[in-house]
Amino acid sequence: MSMRKISFGKAINEALHQEMERDDSVFIIGEDVAKMGGDFGVTRGIWQKWPDRAKDTALSESAIIGLASGAAVCGLRPVAELMFADFIGVAFDQLVNNAAKLRYMFNGEVSCPMVVRAPTGSGIRTAYHHSQSVEPWFMNVPGLVIVAPSTPYEAKGLLIASIRNEDPVIFLEHKSFYSIKGDVPEESYEVELFKAEVKREGRDVTIVATMSMVALAEKAAEKLAEEGISVEIIDPRTLFPLDKDTINRSVAKTGRLVIAQEGPKVMGFGAEIAAMVVEDVFEYLKAPVKRVTTMDVPIPFSPVLEDYVVPTDVDITEACKAVVEF
Amino acid sequence: MDKKRLQSIYETMLTIRYFEDKALSLFEENQLRGSVHLCTGQEAVAATVCSHLRDEDYITSTHRGHGHCIAKGAEPDKAMAELMGKAAGYCQGRGGSMHIADVTKGNLGANAIVGAGLPIAAGAALSAKLRKTDQVAVAFFGDGASNEGVFHEALNLASVWKLPIIFVCENNQFGISTHVSKSTSVQDIAVRAKAYDIPGEVVDGNDVFSIDEAIKRAIKRAKAGEGPSLIECKTYRWYGHWIGDPQVYRTKEDVESWKKKCPIKRLETYFLENKIMTQQELTVMHNKAVEVIDAAADFAISSSDPDPAFVLDNVYCE
Repeated sequence: MSMRKISFGKAINEALHQEMERDDSVFIIGEDVAKMGGDFGVTRGIWQKWPDRAKDTALSESAIIGLASGAAVCGLRPVAELMFADFIGVAFDQLVNNAAKLRYMFNGEVSCPMVVRAPTGSGIRTAYHHSQSVEPWFMNVPGLVIVAPSTPYEAKGLLIASIRNEDPVIFLEHKSFYSIKGDVPEESYEVELFKAEVKREGRDVTIVATMSMVALAEKAAEKLAEEGISVEIIDPRTLFPLDKDTINRSVAKTGRLVIAQEGPKVMGFGAEIAAMVVEDVFEYLKAPVKRVTTMDVPIPFSPVLEDYVVPTDVDITEACKAVVEF
Repeated sequence: MDKKRLQSIYETMLTIRYFEDKALSLFEENQLRGSVHLCTGQEAVAATVCSHLRDEDYITSTHRGHGHCIAKGAEPDKAMAELMGKAAGYCQGRGGSMHIADVTKGNLGANAIVGAGLPIAAGAALSAKLRKTDQVAVAFFGDGASNEGVFHEALNLASVWKLPIIFVCENNQFGISTHVSKSTSVQDIAVRAKAYDIPGEVVDGNDVFSIDEAIKRAIKRAKAGEGPSLIECKTYRWYGHWIGDPQVYRTKEDVESWKKKCPIKRLETYFLENKIMTQQELTVMHNKAVEVIDAAADFAISSSDPDPAFVLDNVYCE
């Protein structure tokens, strides 16, 4: 494969172009996705090539999701964009009560192969209506798939796999990633859904980290290595349904677990991982599980306040030390 | 309207009427559980609208959806089995009354969220447009749904994109206990079409002929690429919101006055006055419908329950 460095946003754009080219049933729908190419520029160039298959909508998030799921059950593969993941709140019913349930309710008579792309997470100083981490809102909705890449390579391969998947996918794009560059093959490829990746192998403590926390975990791991603590990092990549085995295996090996996530601690992604590990591999645990999370508050605007409530690599480092020294 | 179509609509109305009667009696015998919403008195809308649709055309339905399901071609036995939560039902017992669907006949499902079917039907219509077929979609919904946000979102986008969809409002005058006059800013929901620059018309929802004219116009417009229409069918539900509703919000006299406007009786009077069918022929059709529904109930009762071993199947594609 011919590798070159492109940005996270460009990698997603390339995935969309290649899938539009490959499969006539793929189309994009959302606010400002056609002529303008999306608020973050991720859908650029698609409308110019396929004007009929790039639909700028009204500001109608429920209709965007409803239209996408209606088109999906009738044989198309819509890729909807919600300008910010927070806006899913407006379309919650269509996603949770309808799209997620169609296959099950009709006992497999229909598929609803749609992707909802949604910029998520904090870091661009836009406060609580544009900065939330929405994944736990959907983690107890069987029927939905939640995908969360942390590199440009994964973004492209996971989006292609999501478009080809037969069930509704919420594809979370951490908005601080869009301009970050990484190695991405030019050709089309899939990164396997429902499969966690061991980003770094280690012996003493497992960090399960998602999206923006992966890079911070890597930074923490470098620091801890200097102090003789060997860290294993796992990025679930598909947050739901979860690759439990990879996490359980790692915890059984290291005996210690730190979960690093954005979003409030209460009932967050980490809560589920902690419960799972206690249920499945309790006998291997050498220390209590620790969660490193955003504080339990709405994301405030002031850069000083935002930075204060969102976890840092230092928080992860300290959590790892605490469980090792327990 | 030709005799054959009229008789077919009549037959569908009878099937729906007896289906609902049977559902009520099975419920009262405790054979059927859950929340069951009967459409008795509203049969003309589903029967007439769907008489103009082909299997490949789409509908979305509502919590009061047995009539739509049957009119779109569902077999009463599998429909009744679904109401009873049996393995032989259309959704193999996963949906029940409020989620019944026969997707092979273009029914994208009853829906227990009021108004939720409208954007889904618009999506089906969008798919027809993108795939360049001549399919149309019909979204059935009630008066209450016209106050939900998705009603407005769906009408707007369907109009902007000139989607081949017909929005059919069954105004049965009540959102559970609240009369439409106490919940809705307009006397006629059809006037809301003006806000979206599409045709909106009010028809007598108990009159097959008025509905027929309106739906024909709307389908023609949809297929010509001119976009959606809104048809408001004024009707009335004979029973409560659900079986067991004490109906403290309306008088017996009101219900009785609407029973006199029975859409089935009305069509029978037309048949007799115009010598299209004799009383004897009507009786034969009644008896036939009763037989079909009795057989459907027997089928449903004798069908097996779903096997819990498969309860986790089809949450995701396997």
